[in-house]
Amino acid sequence: MTYITKPQLHHPKLAANSLGYTRRDYEGSVSTLCAGCGHDSISAAIIQACYELELPPHRIAKLSGIGCSSKTPDYFLGNSHGFNTVHGRMPSVLTGANLANRDLIYLGVSGDGDSASIGLGQFAHSIRRGVNMLYIVENNGVYGLTKGQFSATSDKGSKSKKGVVNHDAGIDLVMLALQMGATFVARSFSGDKAQLVPLIKAALAHKGAAFIDCISPCVQFNNHVGSTKSYDYVREHNEAVNRLDVVVPRDEIQVDYAPGTTVPVTQHDGSILQLHKLAQHYDPSDRVGALAYLQARQALGEIVTGLLFIDPEARDLHENLDTVDVPLNSLNEAELVPSLDVLAKLNASLR
Amino acid sequence: MPLEAVNDFVVKFANVNGSGSASANGMFAKSILRMGVPVAARNIFPSNIQGLPTWFEVRVTGAGHLGRRGGVDLMVAMNPQTWDRDIAEIEPGGYLFYDSTKPLPREKFRDDINVVGVPLTAICNAAYQLPRERQLFKNIIYVGALAALLGIELEVLETLLSEQFAGKERLIAANVAALKMGRDHVAENLQPLGLKVVRADGVGDRIFVEGNMAAALGAVYGGATVCAWYPITPSTSLAEAFTGFCEDYRTDPDSGKARYAIVQAEDEIASIGVVVGAGWNGARAFTATSGPGVSLMTEFIGLSYFAEIPAVIFDVQRGGPSTGMPTRTQQADLLAGAYAGHGDTKHPMLLPADPGECFEMGALAFDLADRLQTTIFVMLDLDIGMNEWLTKPFEWDPERKLDRGKVMTYEDLEAGKEFGRYLDVDGDGVPYRTYPGVHPTKGGYFTRGTSRNPYARYSEEGAVYVDNMERLLRKFDTAKALVPAPVARPAKRATREGVIYFGSSTPSMHEALETLETQGLHLDALRVRGFPFADEVFDFIAAHDRVFVVEQNRDAQLRTLLVNEGDVAPSKLVPVLNYDGSPITARFIAGAIGDLMTAGRVEAAE
Repeated sequence: MTYITKPQLHHPKLAANSLGYTRRDYEGSVSTLCAGCGHDSISAAIIQACYELELPPHRIAKLSGIGCSSKTPDYFLGNSHGFNTVHGRMPSVLTGANLANRDLIYLGVSGDGDSASIGLGQFAHSIRRGVNMLYIVENNGVYGLTKGQFSATSDKGSKSKKGVVNHDAGIDLVMLALQMGATFVARSFSGDKAQLVPLIKAALAHKGAAFIDCISPCVQFNNHVGSTKSYDYVREHNEAVNRLDVVVPRDEIQVDYAPGTTVPVTQHDGSILQLHKLAQHYDPSDRVGALAYLQARQALGEIVTGLLFIDPEARDLHENLDTVDVPLNSLNEAELVPSLDVLAKLNASLR
Repeated sequence: MPLEAVNDFVVKFANVNGSGSASANGMFAKSILRMGVPVAARNIFPSNIQGLPTWFEVRVTGAGHLGRRGGVDLMVAMNPQTWDRDIAEIEPGGYLFYDSTKPLPREKFRDDINVVGVPLTAICNAAYQLPRERQLFKNIIYVGALAALLGIELEVLETLLSEQFAGKERLIAANVAALKMGRDHVAENLQPLGLKVVRADGVGDRIFVEGNMAAALGAVYGGATVCAWYPITPSTSLAEAFTGFCEDYRTDPDSGKARYAIVQAEDEIASIGVVVGAGWNGARAFTATSGPGVSLMTEFIGLSYFAEIPAVIFDVQRGGPSTGMPTRTQQADLLAGAYAGHGDTKHPMLLPADPGECFEMGALAFDLADRLQTTIFVMLDLDIGMNEWLTKPFEWDPERKLDRGKVMTYEDLEAGKEFGRYLDVDGDGVPYRTYPGVHPTKGGYFTRGTSRNPYARYSEEGAVYVDNMERLLRKFDTAKALVPAPVARPAKRATREGVIYFGSSTPSMHEALETLETQGLHLDALRVRGFPFADEVFDFIAAHDRVFVVEQNRDAQLRTLLVNEGDVAPSKLVPVLNYDGSPITARFIAGAIGDLMTAGRVEAAE
């Protein structure tokens, strides 16, 4: 594989957002994934979300682990710093990066092998620490780069392309994230951009650990009959509990849903999430209820999607550590190095 | 014949851990220091919290020999569990101090030692009612008794107590009373020993401090802001000391907020991951660990090498392999540190010999990590890290700036400077980097552990890969001049024999050189302080016919590094190895080298 730059040509009338960036400015290099890969749709959704949120692209740091999904940060936000780390260890690297500079927006991109198998521990711990980030798992239930082995999110009883039936229980990262204290939890489907883009926008605006499990079919190894992560299967079993509109503070609020079915949620940064209910009794502010609902629906074979839990008043790791408001990487000698007087007193105390 | 010595003897305390003896024993050691007599104190402890044997060894050394001497002149035997073994360890003519409340049969003693009994339990039971008081004050009473037996000034101990319990007058008075109980018993019933502490002027302005604490302070002065760690003996107290120092010296005076972030991670892999993430993003970050942790971190260390990300690892070495001897000392991670990672990797290492150097190198490591954009190891060991050593006071140049290395700023990028993340513009192998978020359109790049071209673009082309690997070698060569230079200690007479040593072996090595000299055996000595080795190290080897390499591991790891990096003929380097978990002694080194040198002479004479 070699690196393929994307031509800089674009349509002359491409609309710019208020920062003067066009959608093209949020793109990266040409994807080297297979044609039809769900991951490319997610990259497109990330591009769309960042463009619509009018985020300066260079103020986003993209981090990933290893695998097909982890290659994708090369394919969006080409002017941002990116870091393709070690298999299963993106969460710790992102945590460290976040500690060094609290002013950037952190986007962690991972896959089901990266987060549910080798990296399950780091996934859980980064969530429970409340690292301010969007952690997105591009979940296809299969190892793509090593050609078709089951991953830990494969459902029990699902069939591999070669006909092998998975006898291990699948890990549901959404439920794990809820148990670990994630303050924003969603599930979506790479084939449903209308659902996914607002979820990414809301998660990027969220202060705290935001997690999106995005089912993203692998066209090569997991898109056959018997798979529970194929396009057809997910379309047939997708049960969305709500639809979301994200209204950033500068926008005019427009409610176009019938009264009584829409709940506004204001996040820490002032963004307002207009939650349009699809499942009548689903309450995304109830963590325990969410877990119960998810388990009940999973038992019926349904794939529950939408914004599943949100705590708009979440705290993040910096708040817990009570760090200074400025980035730690910007502190200078005067702020970091104690005086000679301190050293003299210490010396005296050690005699 | 009872041993007689002034300011030159070894006292060993045998205690049960968790009994509160540590602070009493520490006070004993410090009282001798306050009388101007150098001491070397070492804890010997099990991997346990309460109930198992623990020892504290104090070498009183007017001559200033800070290595472990070996042998015991006065045993303070407070642990019945280890009684037989403790009695056996006493030098002939030495002294046994014990709690004589309960009579012991004659066969529990030795005829060639001097027995000093003080009925500690009886004194305590008469004076105190609460069991915990009886236990804690017993320790103070024996310190009072020892002071009287050895000639330690009681006023010095009283001063130490008043400093330790400043503001708690009742505690001070109670402890002083206990001290006097011990002293009075000796004055009324016993004679002073042949071992004496006599006021001297041998300590100067030196301080008494653990290497872990010193290294942590070095990290504070070195500008570290992010620390991620996982508890592991013997490194834990380093991270804890850093936490304490940060609370004291790194709290923003206006907001009360922290100018630091410390994360106790879920394991060592996450610890180094956090460090690498913070380093990538322009903060100075470190972790503290020991051998097993380094094993776990290896993949990330390789990433740091190849993706060129600053990181600092304090490796406080303990006995390996595997869980090994977790509470005993060794210098057995040299190879693990030097070559950590898969593929071709090498990492600079700093080798401090005492807490003073732990402070200096602890700070320097952060400059080097930024300058070289790679992982820097600071190799402590349990002996330096967890024992208080007499060492030169901490010093800092107030004009010193943190060297952030080659970082391209917004202004540089605006001015149109060419940025290639892995481009060797200066010929020293060290490229420029940018901090994430620096500029809207310039300076962004993608960091990866896979091969890439000088502009950080993915590439699997062989020539591109090789160019990069060769540049990393140039960078490693640059490191040679940046790590601390070796220190030579020439022999008083011209000699064709040399010795190379490092780290915590240093004081014992120096003492051994003095001993050998009195036997007419002269060696030039060179202490290595950094890896990669300076040219001077190989010049030293070339200038001698035979060079002993003294270290505390089984496989002669420093020697392996010398052979490997300098293409030295292995036969020229003679290993002198101590790896039983106890700190190396001058007696051992002088004995081993003395035997080899004299054996060589006999052959030559034949």
